Amino acid sequence: MSDTTNSGPVLAADGTPLKRSLARALRTQKLRALALVAPLLIFVLITFLAPIADMLFRSVENDIVRKTLPKTVAALSTWDPNSGELPDEAVYAALADDLKVAVAEKDHTKLGSRLNYELTGASSLFRKSGRKVKKWDLETDGPFKEKFIELHEGWGELPIWQTIKIYSPKYTSGYFLNAVDLKKGLDGIESRPENEQIYWLLFKRTMFMSMVITISCIMLGYPVAWILANLPMRTSNLLMILVLLPFWTSLLVRTSAWKVMLQQQGVINDTLVWLGLVGDADRLTMINNQFGTIVAMTHILLPFMILPMYSVMQTIPETYLRAAKSLGATNWTAFWRVYFPQSVPGIGAGSILVFILSIGYYITPEIVGGNTGTFISNRIAFHISSSLNWGLGAALGAILLLVVLLLYWAYDQIVGIDNVKLGG
Amino acid sequence: MKLTTTLVVSSAMALATGFANAADMADEMTIVSWGGAYTDSQQNAYHTPYSEMTGVDIINDASSNEAVAKLRAMNEAGNVTWDVVDVVAADAMRLCDEGLALEIDFDTQLAAAPDGTSATDDFGDLLVSDCFIPQIVYSTTFGYRTDMVGDTPPTDICAVFDLETYPGKRSLEKRPINNMEWALLCDGVAKADVYDVLETPEGQERALAKLDTIKDSVIWWSAGADTPQLLADEEVIMGSTYNGRLFSLIEEQNQPVAMLWDAQVYDLDGWIIPAGLSPEREARALDYIMFATDTQRLADQAKYISYGPARASSAPLVGKHAELGIDMAPHMPTDPNNAKNTFLYNYEFWADYRDDIDAKFQAWLAK
Repeated sequence: MSDTTNSGPVLAADGTPLKRSLARALRTQKLRALALVAPLLIFVLITFLAPIADMLFRSVENDIVRKTLPKTVAALSTWDPNSGELPDEAVYAALADDLKVAVAEKDHTKLGSRLNYELTGASSLFRKSGRKVKKWDLETDGPFKEKFIELHEGWGELPIWQTIKIYSPKYTSGYFLNAVDLKKGLDGIESRPENEQIYWLLFKRTMFMSMVITISCIMLGYPVAWILANLPMRTSNLLMILVLLPFWTSLLVRTSAWKVMLQQQGVINDTLVWLGLVGDADRLTMINNQFGTIVAMTHILLPFMILPMYSVMQTIPETYLRAAKSLGATNWTAFWRVYFPQSVPGIGAGSILVFILSIGYYITPEIVGGNTGTFISNRIAFHISSSLNWGLGAALGAILLLVVLLLYWAYDQIVGIDNVKLGG
Repeated sequence: MKLTTTLVVSSAMALATGFANAADMADEMTIVSWGGAYTDSQQNAYHTPYSEMTGVDIINDASSNEAVAKLRAMNEAGNVTWDVVDVVAADAMRLCDEGLALEIDFDTQLAAAPDGTSATDDFGDLLVSDCFIPQIVYSTTFGYRTDMVGDTPPTDICAVFDLETYPGKRSLEKRPINNMEWALLCDGVAKADVYDVLETPEGQERALAKLDTIKDSVIWWSAGADTPQLLADEEVIMGSTYNGRLFSLIEEQNQPVAMLWDAQVYDLDGWIIPAGLSPEREARALDYIMFATDTQRLADQAKYISYGPARASSAPLVGKHAELGIDMAPHMPTDPNNAKNTFLYNYEFWADYRDDIDAKFQAWLAK
């Protein structure tokens, strides 16, 4: 009986179905909430996500060859780079035509710099050719094959043509391959010569050292956080300032201070020599290597470990430990079985912070890293600011981003990301 | 005909006097340089007199070490905020190649020497790029601690590779340029053949093998201030850096350090004007360049820092240090006593081989 009377939709006071009315109310609420977060959202989109997307795009973008040499690329499409023969006159004529335009736009040297990343000598080949081709008359000066080879012997050899052919598509995987010590060859992907392989080594080193730094931070930070959390408020506040004080000091100052401490004529070595523990002639090498980088970075990143640990430990009631002991647990068991598991979210949060900060670290390894303590970020910086190979820099950055996301996913699988707490 | 002449004369006069057509020029400019003592020397020799003469506000920006990347980013964003930029010659070539710097017509856009020699002849071989107006000649050379070398102070570049006579650490720049050349020189390659050898993969291997003999004794620097600091701290027995840095270490800070003037590598530093400036700003920048690179101004800069003026006509005008009162000529890399055995950096070579050799060098370094 009641079924028949209640089968129609429930109506709100104004007669519209309650479901729709509710949805509308919720939508307004959502829109209002969205409007409130909009400033931040737009800010993040413009200043953070868009640049990252742009950077990722640069790692595959390769429009310059096609755009600068459109006719040459078209003429080359029928040429077989494996044939061992130079392209025919049509290609050279197309090149003369393209270069003529490119020189007027000053694009030929840009292309030269781009191709020089793949083929040593391309830079001067294009710069020199541009100067001469400018004066050529396309109608009367042909045939161009001999003229080009006479201009620069590079045009009479296969590598430049193979390189143009390989890098003519609009998008390339070349930068990514380069970033993992491979390269595009005529027959597909090949390994770079051994004396040029560096990125794989640096990725491994970056991961390894970041791991060591994270572990050192846990080892050093845990007892400090525990003391801070268990002391009376007034004392712990005072000690907290000691943790924060280096945090507020300039990064460069702290790094340079480590230089003064660790160098061979530095404070630590001087003290050891004075104590007679090491001889004056064989002072320890503690800086400009991995050791120096790990020490300095552990010190710099320590607050990022202590703070989340501290705020998590503060919420663990002291009574739990006492209860465990009153039930017969030893000090160790009480700590390990009762206290430690509750402090894990703090360790997790601190570790993620420290690890992610350290794999992207740049300035400290640059100053104290020497040759064995540098990170992948130092190479990224080099390619962005010095060699101007932004495509390769972007590819390295993209791989680093991918690795971080992978590790984050792995962490979520093993520990669970809900288990991370920055406080309370 | 007469009209054209009048026009040429009047515009030349307008350019020379600077303020005649000041209405068409920007009254504020941002000049980018290296900061520190170097910018100070430019402030004293160029900026202050120019501001006094024209009333232009000059803003200094110490971003030269990142100038190439930043100019490229500014250019892509279509908003170039710099008016004149101080860069080393290799960077200037790169900027010119990338179309980021303005091409200069040296004879019309730069001042002639007082005796009428054209700017092209006055600068001579130092005009290495169409966009680059050389300002100073500097050299990358070695300084050594006089109290750590015993009775046999080094006189030869190969002392760097001689661990027996000169044990201890040395500091070298963390890049292949210069180090590869020195390594080959000390491996028995004649000076004239260095770049021919370095072109070949075997030559590159040879240079790295030579560097490998001292690899464990090297501290690698990336900032020009590193070597002076390392020398002052007795961390290294000798190290390479720019000669001006060593000058201030020796003469201003009185450290027991001496210069090793052998096979020092000449390099150039100078101005470029970014491409894509508005006409008013470009006119101002060109006007500034015309003033700041004339014979007297280049000689003036040498009063404040020990880098040689790039114009031949400036050399005789180099006087005493503005504060220390010592003769600057003997401290110039261009002084005949210092320039007995110099090495000229090959820009074309490094523009081509930089990416390739750098990859090999860094791979060798990381191992």
